[in-house]
Amino acid sequence: MSDAALTHPLVLCIALPLLGAMLVTALPRWSVRLGILAAVATAAAAVALAATVWQQGTLHLMLGGWDRQLAIALRADGIATALVLMANLVALGISVYASGYFHDRVRVRSFWPLWLLLWAGLNGLFLAGDLFNLYVMLELLGIAAAALGALTGNRDAVAANLRYLLVGLLGSISYLLGVALLYTAYGTLDLGLLAAGIADSPQLLAVNAAAMTLMVAGLALKAALFPLHFWLPPAHANAPAPVSAALSALVVKAVFYLILRLWLDLFWPITGMAAAMLPALLGAVAIVWGSWRALRAERLKLLAAYSTVAQIGYLFLFLPLLAATPPGPARDDLLAALLLMAVTHGFAKAGFFLAAGLVQTNAGHDRIDDLGGTAQRLPATTFAIALSGSALIGLPPSGSFIGKWLLMQSAIATGQWWWVIVVTTGSLLASAYVFRVLSRAFGLEPTPMRFITDARAEVPALTLALVSVAVLGLASGPVWTLLGLSAAGVGA
Amino acid sequence: MSAPAGLDRATERSRDLRLLLAVLLTLLGVALTLVYLIALNAGAAPRLADLAYERLPSTGVQNPVTAVLLNYRAYDTLMELAVLLAALLGIWALGPAPPGFQRSGAVLAAMVSWVVPLLIVTGGYMLWVGGYAPGGAFQAGALLGAAGVIVRLAGDPRAGLPGEAAQRWLLVAGVLVFTLVGLGLMAFGAGFLTYPPTLAKWLILLIEAAATVAIGAALAAAYVGGRPPGPDARPTAEDEDALTPAQTPANPPAPPLDPRP
Amino acid sequence: MLIAQFLYGGAGLVLFTLGLWSFLVHEPLLRKIIALNVTGAGVFHVLIAIAYRGDAAPPDPVPHALVLTGIVVAVSATALALMLGARLQDADEEDQTP
Repeated sequence: MSDAALTHPLVLCIALPLLGAMLVTALPRWSVRLGILAAVATAAAAVALAATVWQQGTLHLMLGGWDRQLAIALRADGIATALVLMANLVALGISVYASGYFHDRVRVRSFWPLWLLLWAGLNGLFLAGDLFNLYVMLELLGIAAAALGALTGNRDAVAANLRYLLVGLLGSISYLLGVALLYTAYGTLDLGLLAAGIADSPQLLAVNAAAMTLMVAGLALKAALFPLHFWLPPAHANAPAPVSAALSALVVKAVFYLILRLWLDLFWPITGMAAAMLPALLGAVAIVWGSWRALRAERLKLLAAYSTVAQIGYLFLFLPLLAATPPGPARDDLLAALLLMAVTHGFAKAGFFLAAGLVQTNAGHDRIDDLGGTAQRLPATTFAIALSGSALIGLPPSGSFIGKWLLMQSAIATGQWWWVIVVTTGSLLASAYVFRVLSRAFGLEPTPMRFITDARAEVPALTLALVSVAVLGLASGPVWTLLGLSAAGVGA
Repeated sequence: MSAPAGLDRATERSRDLRLLLAVLLTLLGVALTLVYLIALNAGAAPRLADLAYERLPSTGVQNPVTAVLLNYRAYDTLMELAVLLAALLGIWALGPAPPGFQRSGAVLAAMVSWVVPLLIVTGGYMLWVGGYAPGGAFQAGALLGAAGVIVRLAGDPRAGLPGEAAQRWLLVAGVLVFTLVGLGLMAFGAGFLTYPPTLAKWLILLIEAAATVAIGAALAAAYVGGRPPGPDARPTAEDEDALTPAQTPANPPAPPLDPRP
Repeated sequence: MLIAQFLYGGAGLVLFTLGLWSFLVHEPLLRKIIALNVTGAGVFHVLIAIAYRGDAAPPDPVPHALVLTGIVVAVSATALALMLGARLQDADEEDQTP
């Protein structure tokens, strides 16, 4: 394989879903078939990307072949690749599920183009190396996500997603002002060049700090960090199930990824302990508050949405720990734990929402108190809920068990023991809300006749849940390898 | 303030909150201005300008802004066309277009028949002139979109656009041609959206022509405000029954808003 | 640095702050959408201002192109927000007149 061909998967991860979106828009009769084709092709490109990064290390591509300052860069390092792989496998599962979920012709034709555009935006965001291009990707994500969330057209969904759209726009404008300030001071938009510039210019602390505040605050709004989470539960709970899964598992995660990228790569010289404490404290409140609201939720999908608020909180706890840990194996472990938690939550929450959608379709509602007998009617779906629930709690052998374990270990090692209390409380509350659902679901006597009732819908949910528990927990080694490969790429 | 009487305390509190917000935002504005002053003096001054002009001869166009939009940062432009399409598809997903305006009278009709061809010709000129002077696909597309708005105001329910099937092809033309050119260049070993200097001018013109059509169609269709009327405009009763029954009985199941959660 | 550059960009920052104020304080959807557009216009002002290099030198084309891209994105988002708002209004009117 030639050197140029190595970067092909990088482009294909973005171009294929885009092309697919155009074809399903132009040929609505073939929506489902073309959509599934595009989904399979895109996921294959993501696997090819992961394989290439696995063998070659960080990939870097200057689009248009211009000088680094002038061109837009695409890049895939270990962190980006791990998340791209997770996002594309989850998205493939969601696509298979969606091919059976929508029956109304109009809705099928509306879903597929927007879904593939959202997918292109996700991959574009993970792989972008240019601040302004990231802004365009954020807007693509925000617009496609709000449009998909309002797909059912009922009043609550439209109102929630209108709010989501407006809040998202405010967040991206704030981000864009930060980008404008950085371009004013450094004359470049390339992440790598800017990172070097910021590291060399401690005298521009005011500019760096202002840009960081504008960008991170704008993104925290889009990532639903407490207390900026108010828009998330109604928007995610009222969307159609495959869309809820995509929003909760992928879109919020992508925005967090961008915060992490800015925090670690761009603003590392100024993101010390003091700066990291605020988001972490908010994250801690998010864990307790989100889990509590999930416990009190009356509907299954609302429970899942509040659980996302809590799970995003865990990711922010890593910031002060990373700040306190000097580069070395301990910090790599911490990064791997962070990645593992994000990836596990991606699979688990997608599985949970897809299963919740099945419960809703089957029972006609998703009120938790009236779920009795679900385990008998939909054994595979209930099993998927149980599996992804155990990953949300962080039970062994799920990936989040290892993630939380390393998180607590590092908290004690760096003397920040108070996070241990937060994580323990969050896990206890999570077990309470998961068991509350399960105890209702196992309400009736007769034993099930068949495990799987609707393969096309149940298999994706079950597979995603299973991956979150078994595969990521028992075989989490590759995450470390991927990170090791990109150690040179981070900050370079 | 429109708060009803009897809520004096709440009104007072909200006034205090507004005052606090005003003070905070003023501080923010002052701080941002100071930061902007520092950033201006940071010494990055020519920024990318010199480099952009230096590379201009090999971009295939003479207008530097077009060079940035369609060559240096063509990928941004591609994704931005996707954003426009996503917004339009989102509008279509919300339901069929509201009924058209009343047919125009003789005076308006005569004016429309003058203005619209003029806008279309000016759009074509804008597209061509973008290669060496201010202009380009967005300006041209905006003019076409404006023509569509005028036609719609004059009473055409479809804003001068063709039927749904053809309209869909117009809408995707921009991103489709852009992506295919990019992938084609990649297949021939040049790299995604890396134009060979000899072909750059014509490839950019091809992309811009497709983008103009797509932008014009998307803007006009967005103004129409919903799916074009046709057989797909409304979900059938059979489709409605295919999924879960209504969960919030408060809403009557009237299209386009149906109560399915 | 040029004075004109500072004043024009500073005016953009004022617009940004005013838009933010309006977005946070006003309830009606239309005002919120206009406020967001004012906020965006403020940021575009800053970008246009830094492109200026005096009367002798041609302006920096990169921020110009960024603004053009930003405008199309803002138009798209505004269009979708307005349509969502219109649907919401339809739904509320249906509720009131059953």
